[in-house]
Amino acid sequence: MVCSRGLGVALAIMCLMAAPACSRRNKPVATPQPAPTVTEPPVVQGPPPAPPRTQRVDDQQPAALSEDSVSDRSLDELNRNSPLRPAFFLLDSSDLDDAGRSVVTGNVDVLKKNPQWVVTIEGHCDERGTAEYNLALGERRASAVKTYMVSLGIAPDRLRTVSYGKEFPFDQAHNEDAWGKNRRAHFVITAK
Amino acid sequence: MRRLPTIAALLAILVATAGLWPLAAQNQNQQPELEIVIGGDGNSPPHYAVPDFVAASPEAAEIAAAMSQVLWDDLAFEREFDLIPRDVYKTIPAARSADQVPFSSWREVGADAVFFCTVQKSGDKVVVQARLFNVRTRQQVFSKEYTGTASNPRLYAHTIADEVHLQQRALRGVARTKLTFVSDRNKERLLGPIDNREVKEIYVSDYDGANQRRITTTRQLNINPSWSPDGKAVAYSSYRNLTPQIFVSLIYQGVLENPTKSTTVSNMMPVFSPDGTRIAFVTNRDGNTEIYVMNRDGSNVRRLTNHPAYESTPTWSPNGTQIAFTSDRTGKAQIYIMNAADGSNVRRLTVSESEADRATWSPAPFNEIAYAGRTSSNGFDIKVHDLATSTVKQITFGEGSNESPAYSPNGKHLAFTSTRAGGTQVFTIGRDGRGIKQLTRSGNNQTPAWSQ
Repeated sequence: MVCSRGLGVALAIMCLMAAPACSRRNKPVATPQPAPTVTEPPVVQGPPPAPPRTQRVDDQQPAALSEDSVSDRSLDELNRNSPLRPAFFLLDSSDLDDAGRSVVTGNVDVLKKNPQWVVTIEGHCDERGTAEYNLALGERRASAVKTYMVSLGIAPDRLRTVSYGKEFPFDQAHNEDAWGKNRRAHFVITAK
Repeated sequence: MRRLPTIAALLAILVATAGLWPLAAQNQNQQPELEIVIGGDGNSPPHYAVPDFVAASPEAAEIAAAMSQVLWDDLAFEREFDLIPRDVYKTIPAARSADQVPFSSWREVGADAVFFCTVQKSGDKVVVQARLFNVRTRQQVFSKEYTGTASNPRLYAHTIADEVHLQQRALRGVARTKLTFVSDRNKERLLGPIDNREVKEIYVSDYDGANQRRITTTRQLNINPSWSPDGKAVAYSSYRNLTPQIFVSLIYQGVLENPTKSTTVSNMMPVFSPDGTRIAFVTNRDGNTEIYVMNRDGSNVRRLTNHPAYESTPTWSPNGTQIAFTSDRTGKAQIYIMNAADGSNVRRLTVSESEADRATWSPAPFNEIAYAGRTSSNGFDIKVHDLATSTVKQITFGEGSNESPAYSPNGKHLAFTSTRAGGTQVFTIGRDGRGIKQLTRSGNNQTPAWSQ
C-alpha cells in the first residue's frame, strides 16, 4: 500500500494480530472435500473384463481471500499534486548523479518546510533486468536516496524505503525513453 | 522420481495386489506371465489411441467429449507414448461394451494401445470407467472406475492419465499438478495516490493452463508465489502493508497466515523447504538484501548469507541440504550454492554467464539447476546447468525475453515466462527444449511456480 496514515497502519497491524478473526470474515467460495480414496487397479487377463473397482474423484477449488485495504483520501490528493519530484538513475546503477542529487536536495527542502511529513522512497527499475534482480536494485536505489537525504539533515525515521523492482513502470513502452523514465526513485508522502 | 527402480518390481506389486500372484506362482509352467506394459514396434514408443468416451446417456455427452480430448492431451504432454491424432480414427465405430472393442480396426490404424472409457452422469453425480487394452494381445491391462461430481470433468481424465503413466511407464505424471503465478489481467487500479499502477494478484491453474483462478483479492501488489510441498498452500509476498511481507494462503480452506509482520523492512521471495517445515526468504532487515530461513509459522529466524552485495532468489535442493541463490558480489548477478543449515560452503555455479538469476533446482533423478541467463542487452534465455558434468544446455533461443524457470515435479518440464507472444506470458516447455505451450493470454503473467 502506497498510502496510509498512522491510524491505517495501526488498523492493519491490529487486523494482522487478529488474523483468525480476519480470516473468518473471508469465507471460502468453495467447500473443501475429502481427499480421494484410492483403490488398487485390478489386473484382468482377456475379455470379458472384470468390473472396475471404484475410486472417488474429488474436485477442490481454491478460495479467494479478500483483504481490506486502507487508503487516505487527503494524502492521495496531496500525492497527486506532489511537490516531491522523482530522481532518475543510469542503467543498472543506484548512484545519484548530479541531476539526481539536485532533485533530492529540492525534496529535502520541501521536507524541511513540512517537518510533520513522513515519506516513503520507492525504488523502481526498467524492464531489462529480471523481475527478481530488479527487486534488489530498486531497494538499493531507495536506500541510496535515503542515505543522501539523511546526510542533508532529514531524520531517518521520517524516511521509509520500499522496492517495486520493475513491477510498476511509469512508462509502459519498451524503448530507451521509457526505460529512462522507469529507473527512478519515487517519493510518496505517507503521513502529514 | 522419474523411473522407479524396476518395472518388474512394480508389476509384481500390481499382480500381487490383484490376487493373481499365487495363481501365477502355482501354475508357472502352464500360465504365461501377464504382460501389463504395452510396447511399441522395436524401440519406438507404443502408439496410443484415445477414442471418444462413450456417454451412457445424452446428458453425459458433453463431458464425455471433453474428457477424451483432455486424456489425449495429458498423455501427449509427457511424450512417453506416440498419440495417434484423434481424427485418424473418428470413423472407427465406438464399442458398445468392453468385450466388443474392434481390435482389428485399431490394428489397422497402427494402434498398440486403445482405451475404452464410459461416462455416466445423473444430476451432479458422475461415474467414469476407464479401461486400457493391448491391441495385439487383446488383453485388458488397466481397468478402473471413478466416481465424483460433475464440477470438474477434466479431473477424471487427468487422474486416468496419471495412473496410466504410473502403470505403463513408472512415471509420475503431472496431469493433476498445478501452477501458481502473478497476473495483472483484472486491470484494476492500485489503491492509493498513483494513477497508473495496476494491481497484481496471485492466480492458480491446472498444469495445462485450464481453470485459472485468482486466490488474492487485495487490490495491491502481490508477487513471487510458491507452493507448499503438499500443494495445499501458496506462499507469496504482498505489499498490502507498505513493505512486502510474506503470506501463506491455505487455498482450499480460505485461511491466511502471515509469518512476517513489518511495515519498515521487506520480507519476500518465500520458498518452502522440501519437507514443508521451513521457508527460505529474502529480507533487508539487517541493512541489505540477504537470505534467511524461518519456520513456517515465522519462528526461529536464522540468517544464511552475510555479504555487502545483494543475495536473493533462493531455491532448495531436493533433499533440503543446500540452497542455490543469486548474488551480485562480483558486480553482476550470478548463481551460487550454499549449505542450507548455516550458509557455509558458498561456491559459484554460473561462471560463463554475463548475468544469471532465478535458479530453480530440479527434482531427482535429474541433478540440474535451471536459471535465466542474459543473452542480449534486453533479454534472457532459459538455461539448464547439469551439476554432475557442469555442462550448460540452452532451452530457449532469443524469442522474446525468457525468465523465471520452474521445474515440474517429475523434472521433465519447465514453466517460464516469455515476452515472445505479446506482454509477458507463462509457457511450459520440455527440459529438452521441445513442446513449448502457451498457458496464459490475458494481461501480463509472471513468476510461475509448479506444485509437487
